[in-house]
Amino acid sequence: MYDNMTLQEAENAVIGEFSMYDEWLDKYEYLIELGKNLGEYPQSAKTDDKLIKGCQSRVWLDYYIQDGKVFFQADSDAIITKGIISLLISIYSGRTPSEIASSDFSVVEKIGLKENLSPTRANGLVSMIAKIRQVAQENK
Amino acid sequence: MFSKFAGFSDNNMASISDIRSMFPALERKVYGKSLVYLDNAATGQRLSSVIEMWDESSRNHNSNLHRAVHLLASEATEEYESARDAIRQYINAESREEVIFTSGTTASINLVAYSFGEAFVKEGSEIIVTEVEHHSNIVPWQLLCQRKGAFLKVLPVDDDGYLRIECLEKMINDNTAIVCVSHISNVLGIVNPVKEIVRICHLKGIPVLIDGAQGVVHCSVDVQDLDCDFYAFSGHKIYAATGTGVLYGKKRWLEAMPPFLGGGEMVGTVKFSGTTYAPLPMKFEAGTQNFSSAITIRPALEFLKSLNDKELNQYYEKVKTFVYDSLINDKRIRLFGVPRGTTEDKIPLFSFCVEGVHHEDLALILDKMGIATRSGQMCAEPIMDRFGVSGMLRASFAPYNTIEEAEYFIECLNRAIKMLR
Repeated sequence: MYDNMTLQEAENAVIGEFSMYDEWLDKYEYLIELGKNLGEYPQSAKTDDKLIKGCQSRVWLDYYIQDGKVFFQADSDAIITKGIISLLISIYSGRTPSEIASSDFSVVEKIGLKENLSPTRANGLVSMIAKIRQVAQENK
Repeated sequence: MFSKFAGFSDNNMASISDIRSMFPALERKVYGKSLVYLDNAATGQRLSSVIEMWDESSRNHNSNLHRAVHLLASEATEEYESARDAIRQYINAESREEVIFTSGTTASINLVAYSFGEAFVKEGSEIIVTEVEHHSNIVPWQLLCQRKGAFLKVLPVDDDGYLRIECLEKMINDNTAIVCVSHISNVLGIVNPVKEIVRICHLKGIPVLIDGAQGVVHCSVDVQDLDCDFYAFSGHKIYAATGTGVLYGKKRWLEAMPPFLGGGEMVGTVKFSGTTYAPLPMKFEAGTQNFSSAITIRPALEFLKSLNDKELNQYYEKVKTFVYDSLINDKRIRLFGVPRGTTEDKIPLFSFCVEGVHHEDLALILDKMGIATRSGQMCAEPIMDRFGVSGMLRASFAPYNTIEEAEYFIECLNRAIKMLR
């Protein structure tokens, strides 16, 4: 979605999108929409090693490297979680590992996502970010 | 010494607004909306009388129990022991020695699993639990089985959520050491036929433990009438302080069981050559007790007694029937724990799944609408497996929930489903 932007620009774009909604219910509507539109995730990749720990709902995160860039794909059985992971993918997918590793991931705090989630979901979010970071580090 | 609980006299009929005014937390706003608290099966909100008693104890009577001769100690001890008397009376235990203070239902069950297990469970013994149990009435028994080489057997539940007690007689044999069953399942909200279960087990001389965490909230409990051997419950679900609980046990069992934890005032004499133990109930109350909180069970029980009011019961019934009818008639919703015939067997606790919608999404959206519910496995994974689901959404009501809140819940549930589908 933000392919032609730098990582920084993509983060700012997401912050801008989110600030358009005052009400948290509207922000959820937006996340639900993102979740529904997230690209297909292969059934064969729904394996335990791709499951993210710390989530109450199940989240699978997989990736592949093409032309030196990391492409993420993910799925979840809960739609809001799916929206959150879709948001992260739109920012971080299709970038080089060092670009991803250079991010401080403060976008999540800036859009108020972390403190507005239930503790279990916030833990899941932390785990998702940790996984994206780890993939970037390992492939640098 | 303490401010007495302001109950209702017979000619001063209680109303729902009187009830609500006793719970300060109900005035809270969440995300700018009035809180609608429907997670009562997890914990009840706290009574003003409970908060005041804890405060008063902390300010004026903070002293360790049963030990010192000074005034504060004797005041604290008197309050603690009078709370025990109030509990004895409320559950109609034969004697005060049968009432043990614990930190909650889980601790009560662990105490029995350990101490009863030490005395009466051996290699090859069998322990029967049911398919609807909370993890707290499963895991302590599994630990015991591992320690002793005993086996766990599971009494099944039918599709409506009723225990198949016709299987019980066949499951019992000479190796059965104890049968452990919840009074009311925290997922299904169906009142189990515990008196009948006790009768069947006692015919073969087998003791029964009842997990009363939900039962004591919704049923009047008479342990002598039930004739159960153990009954465990928590304070926080009956609007008392957290970290409080009770184990009722028949004296003959408690006397035959070794202590669970050692230390503090649970002793007679202590020598390096050997120690003797204090008589009941202190034998099972090792270490400094959570006395400022334990005593709040007394005003909580006073409150429960005051709920025995015709108009209040009718109102509560109306709330329950409205929610039940709304959910059971909704084709998108699968309700677990469906009462047969009347709703008499069902408490106002509703666990369900919505077709095509994840329970966690629903809970998250309802939260933002001001409604606190519970989502997930509710500490009862086996019953989730039994019904083939990864989790459920649960709305559990208390006597302070209004019909307007119930209507708002159903309305918001519909809105949330529309958003998510």
